[in-house]
Amino acid sequence: MSSKNDTNITQRDVLQRLKDRLAGRKGPEYWRSLEELAGSPEFQRFVEDEFPNRSSLLEAMKMDRRSFLTLMGSSIALAGLAGCRFLPAEKIVPYVQAPEDLIPGVPVYYATAAVILGYGVGILVESHEGRPTKIEGNPGHPASLGSTDALVQATLLDLYDPERSQNVSKKGQAATWDAFFAEARKTLASLPAGGEGLRILTGTVTSPTLAAQISEVLRKYPAARWHQYEPAADHNARAGAVAAFGKPVQAIYHLDKAARVLTLDADFLGQPPSNIRYARDFAERRRVRRGATEMNRLYAVESTPGITGAMADHRWALRPGEIEAIARAIAAGIGVRMGADAHQATYPWVDAVARDLAAHHGASVVIPGAGQPPAVHALAYAMNQALGAVGSTVRFVEPVEATPVDHLASLKELVADMRAHRVRALLILGGNPVYTAPADLEFADALASVPFSVHLGRYDDETAATCLWHLAESHYLEAWSDVRAFDGTASIVQPLIQPLYSSRSAHEVLAGLLGDPIPGLEIVKNHWRAGFAGPDARFEDAWRKWLNDGVIPGTAAKPVTVPDAKVPAPTPVVADGYDVIFRPDPNLVDGTFANNAWLMELPRPLTKLTWDNAALMSPAMAVRLGLATREKAYVANNQVVELSYKGRKLKAPLFILPGHADNCVTLHLGWGRTRGGSVCAGKGVNAYSLQTSDAPDYGSGLQIAPTQDRYELVSTHYHSAIDMEGRHPVLWRTFDEYQRSGYAPVAGDEESTPSESMFRTPPEYANYDGYAWGMSIDLNVCIGCNACVVACQAENNIPVVGKDQVSRGREMYWIRIDRYYQGTTEADLENPVTFFEPVPCMQCELAPCEPVCPVGATTHSHEGLNQMVYNRCVGTRYCSNNCPYKVRRFNFYKFSAGQPNNAPGNYDNPTYKLMANPNVTVRGRGVMEKCTYCVQRINEARIKAKEQNRTIRDGEIQTACQQVCPTKAITFGNIHDAGAEVSRQKQEPAKFVLLGDLNTRPRTTYLAKFRNPNPEIGTEKSLE
Amino acid sequence: MSNPSTERILNGEHSYLTIDGRIGGVVLDQRKHPLPWYVTFAIGFGLLQVMMLAFTWLLYKGVGIWGINIPVGWGFAIINFVWWIGIGHAGTLISAILLLMRQLWRNSINRFAEAMTLFAVMCAGLFPLLHTGRPWVAYWLFPYPSVLGVWPQFRSPLVWDVFAVSTYMTVSALFWYIGLIPDFATMRDKARNRLAQIVFGILSMGWRGSAGHWFRYETAYLILAGLSTPLVLSVHSIVSFDFAVSIIPGWHTTIFPPYFVAGAIYAGFAMVLILAIPIRAWYGLKDFITMRHLDWMAKFMLGTGLVVFYGYLMEAFYAWYSGNKYEQYMMMNRWVGPYAPLYWALIVCNGITPQFLWSPKVRRNLAMLFTISVVVSIGMWLERFMIVVESLHRDFLPSSWGMYAGTIWDWATFIGTIGFFTFNMFLFIRFVPMINMFEMKDLLHKITGRVPAQAITQRAHEAAELAEERA
Repeated sequence: MSSKNDTNITQRDVLQRLKDRLAGRKGPEYWRSLEELAGSPEFQRFVEDEFPNRSSLLEAMKMDRRSFLTLMGSSIALAGLAGCRFLPAEKIVPYVQAPEDLIPGVPVYYATAAVILGYGVGILVESHEGRPTKIEGNPGHPASLGSTDALVQATLLDLYDPERSQNVSKKGQAATWDAFFAEARKTLASLPAGGEGLRILTGTVTSPTLAAQISEVLRKYPAARWHQYEPAADHNARAGAVAAFGKPVQAIYHLDKAARVLTLDADFLGQPPSNIRYARDFAERRRVRRGATEMNRLYAVESTPGITGAMADHRWALRPGEIEAIARAIAAGIGVRMGADAHQATYPWVDAVARDLAAHHGASVVIPGAGQPPAVHALAYAMNQALGAVGSTVRFVEPVEATPVDHLASLKELVADMRAHRVRALLILGGNPVYTAPADLEFADALASVPFSVHLGRYDDETAATCLWHLAESHYLEAWSDVRAFDGTASIVQPLIQPLYSSRSAHEVLAGLLGDPIPGLEIVKNHWRAGFAGPDARFEDAWRKWLNDGVIPGTAAKPVTVPDAKVPAPTPVVADGYDVIFRPDPNLVDGTFANNAWLMELPRPLTKLTWDNAALMSPAMAVRLGLATREKAYVANNQVVELSYKGRKLKAPLFILPGHADNCVTLHLGWGRTRGGSVCAGKGVNAYSLQTSDAPDYGSGLQIAPTQDRYELVSTHYHSAIDMEGRHPVLWRTFDEYQRSGYAPVAGDEESTPSESMFRTPPEYANYDGYAWGMSIDLNVCIGCNACVVACQAENNIPVVGKDQVSRGREMYWIRIDRYYQGTTEADLENPVTFFEPVPCMQCELAPCEPVCPVGATTHSHEGLNQMVYNRCVGTRYCSNNCPYKVRRFNFYKFSAGQPNNAPGNYDNPTYKLMANPNVTVRGRGVMEKCTYCVQRINEARIKAKEQNRTIRDGEIQTACQQVCPTKAITFGNIHDAGAEVSRQKQEPAKFVLLGDLNTRPRTTYLAKFRNPNPEIGTEKSLE
Repeated sequence: MSNPSTERILNGEHSYLTIDGRIGGVVLDQRKHPLPWYVTFAIGFGLLQVMMLAFTWLLYKGVGIWGINIPVGWGFAIINFVWWIGIGHAGTLISAILLLMRQLWRNSINRFAEAMTLFAVMCAGLFPLLHTGRPWVAYWLFPYPSVLGVWPQFRSPLVWDVFAVSTYMTVSALFWYIGLIPDFATMRDKARNRLAQIVFGILSMGWRGSAGHWFRYETAYLILAGLSTPLVLSVHSIVSFDFAVSIIPGWHTTIFPPYFVAGAIYAGFAMVLILAIPIRAWYGLKDFITMRHLDWMAKFMLGTGLVVFYGYLMEAFYAWYSGNKYEQYMMMNRWVGPYAPLYWALIVCNGITPQFLWSPKVRRNLAMLFTISVVVSIGMWLERFMIVVESLHRDFLPSSWGMYAGTIWDWATFIGTIGFFTFNMFLFIRFVPMINMFEMKDLLHKITGRVPAQAITQRAHEAAELAEERA
């Protein structure tokens, strides 16, 4: 710009001079011709000289030969440099008509609800110029309280997945929506009277609008039927309620009121959709501060190690079929009237647990697991009644599902009807039943006999391939809907973006089929307007408020009073060979999230496996089967075993998991997909291929045979014992010890106490003026759920690297969850105490990474951050070598562009580019990167504070990991502010510093883990 | 084979003419190169292509093609860098320190060893450049006047490295070239070929052999020797700071500078022997590089090898004596951890093998000497592997421990630089007098005095013994 102006000025000067010259003449003599004028030297120069001010430079320099050569040489060198890069031309289009209230660069947040397995989690979504870029919890929503989990975070990537279905297809050939509706209406019209033969299959439906639409379909076609099948739903709870109370009621637990919790194979901290709220409530009773006199106590009986068992003060690993006996024994101890078969189990701890629960009448709760038979649920309900828990720690409410049915029975009925050719038209709204239906139903085979089958889904998956029509389903961030949370609270699901592809929601499809194709907004709004209690004029206001708040008040499920629970007869125990346990994968659940690269790569909380599932078994069992030696039972051995179960066979890699129940094998569902995107296809083994409809949760009769095959599993942890080699990365005390010591500092340990240094601290590291950012992580409430890892990934544009790169130790997470086991004895191996420790950058005040960087690419800010200057980094990796916490991550390839093998979920793809956080640099190849304490959020708050002429308030900045944390284990703030929560935590006696003896003076510190074991049970960990 | 103790440092019956003829003839008579030259050169050239391929792929894809990871951020590249730099040290030691100590026996091997230094440093220099994530901006390590006002960070040992290695390279090249000037003049004068006359004429920079020239030459050479002498100690000390300055157990130790320097000289003499033993046979230079030379070099190897072995023992002692659990674990991990076989191979190669050199019989046995030198070279590579990889792969937090293995591209790069070295070395042998001719003539003069050099008899013998006493 400036050079152009210069030229203009010069040209104007010349023109001025020409004008002056002409001005001296008069009348027609001004000039006779252009030629005459052109004769003037000024004009000639003006015409000929493309750059009129060029000569002045040369004159000014009074150039001699040497200078000339110097200039020439450097010009040529620079020309060569300039030629090295070809930057692609990019067009930037401004808003011609800017949307109202939109300031470019300032994100806008909208309240909506994420739909996880049919239930809602209230969220606030950050939108940059119309692009949703980050999901946060909605503090006003009961299922969120401001937090989310890994799944909700990762749904953002689902929205932008370029492998989503993008259109309508018929038998795999592209078609149009109009063509579909025309054919569908014709088919519906051709059905016998009452719509005989029309079937609808959905997953769990809590959406009031969708339920109303389906009812309307059923009204219009009275002979039609609605089936539901949600593979990872809590079917046994419903069946248990029916068994106990004769009607399907739903139990809502209030762990914030529970001093004693017993779980019977329940993963209440990890199982969606209630996990976020339950984790928060649980943590409220678990936080230990100076002077605390109370801490809750968690007893866990479980088969497959999960994060709930890892948090437990007492954990016992039992075969799934043995848990009912334990439940009966404890129930008897509590005082539940059991009839003839009372005290069966003889474990010594049973009485102690029962006594402890009973002693906290009204403040204890028993939670049955989703994988346990209905009898255990009924028992748990009876126990809760006996414990006086109903009304305090547990509430029974009306079911949140629109029409609670037995899903498995419903699916079986559909399959039977399909086989009998009674199904003429099948409408599958969401889900992937061809993949998720138990193998013995042979759903795909039955489906093939349906003449008109339609699948509405987000992926071209196994079901899409089997159906006649496949319709692209909209993501919840791009379509209007509504949904109810686990406690019944309804939210409007409001979209943040126009559908990226030609997709529609289930509402729009049903409306189209009913012959009234109105937009999704109208459908949802009409439904709520119809049910609105107040005057019509007020509806618009109420609607706006619902959208703004993200919740619709007064919609929580109504409490119901239940009679005394009937205790069913014992389920016969079949202990034939080994047990196989089918569990939803912690990340992929039932396979819904299988094409999500963030969740694929995210290490599972306990196995730390990425990109694969495996046959999980206990060390003792692996040793007995000759699959491992006792010495190497910790080490991944890459063996493949053949599992035979009820006539079906499956080869699966073996993974030895300490703490797994003996004599059983866990297979995680959701893997081994054959279609549905390149991320999921061909990864892991399909556990559904062994699952049968008579025992979908677990079953006996499994046989295991070793094979000669080898398969490399990739886990991000190799070694894991907490006290190995005399190291103590996690400090812990029992709560009792801590109280009796008068809350003495736990960090007496040498690792947490800085050693004397021979060197004086340089003044710039000793005094910080202004803000001094620090973090405190409370290990006592960290449940290891991985939410922070995915939140960090979403916030900071962290790429996915793929299995091969993870196996080479090149995962890119800025925060990782370390998992440690305590003890190395055999008993420890079978049932270890587990510790989780989130490790972001420690932001050391005396950071080892800083002085070793040869180019000063990692520097220390005056607020105490270790800053990483990406465009100064040459990539020597010395900083990472010298980091004792190994929290630095290196771009060995251009991971952000999906190199080396087009790893998915990266930022060079046009769709994924929309997702990137514009406030965080996308890193190129060859540079180091690391946690920044979300410096972009710090600066955002700083700007806002400066605008308002104040300092940043405590709590105003939330790092991404802190904001997402369901248990609020992470606290961030200004440690110079003595009143700040982070400063208070750093004054706690429980505070300790990771590797404190290295004198790195980390800004990230920890609060120790506390365990609250029952003194009556003592310290024995194993059952023997 | 004759007894080294009675062996001389100049064998056979020589005159100035025969010295020129025997050494200069290798260069001037291009027809009679032995077959091994072609074979070895072809291998070197082939491996050079492997190196070029490996580096091209590296620049295209990124350092991800190597086996490095988090926690092991440095792998083959740094191992090879330290290994090559170490090899170079023997050349500088021979040419500078032995010159200052007036060791006459150095005269026949210094040229050769200096060339080795030069090429080894060239190989070494490639690695720190190319191991960076973004080698195209590696020049940021140099303090150049940038308009942005950014400057390298002088607290980082990597910047010290840049200075150490570039100084070393410059001084070594100058030293080598200046020592060559009188011989280039001889070559110019002896050459029959016009091209050779012109090329050597230019290279000899107008050398006429006047007393003034000799005076300035001697002065310059001494000054450079004085400059090089501290470099022998400083360069590898600074390389060792790359590790010693860090806080990683196994790196953070004060023993590193002397331990590295001794290791460097150890490896360097091994490499000189690996090269000298075959070449003196192929080119009939046994009169100049005699058994006595080999014997002395073997003794050097033994001496420095003992220092290195002492270093290994001290590392273990300090680990125990420090009472530091990380250090102790590091040592235990070396002994019984996943890389334990490599550690024990290292002890065998560097600790046990050189003990054979106590025996004069072994020092006299060329096959044994050659084998021991190869074993020592392998051992020194393993030592760097132990230091670089085994310290990093298990440091403080067990959660971030990992394993490291070189990929095919790591090996291609390493073997490729061996090819690059061989290629350069054999070009040198063919086109540059590989033994210092004028110093050999000077030696002949010193041995024979003014007596026409028809017969080297008793006096040569005496001079040799004198030299031995000094050594």
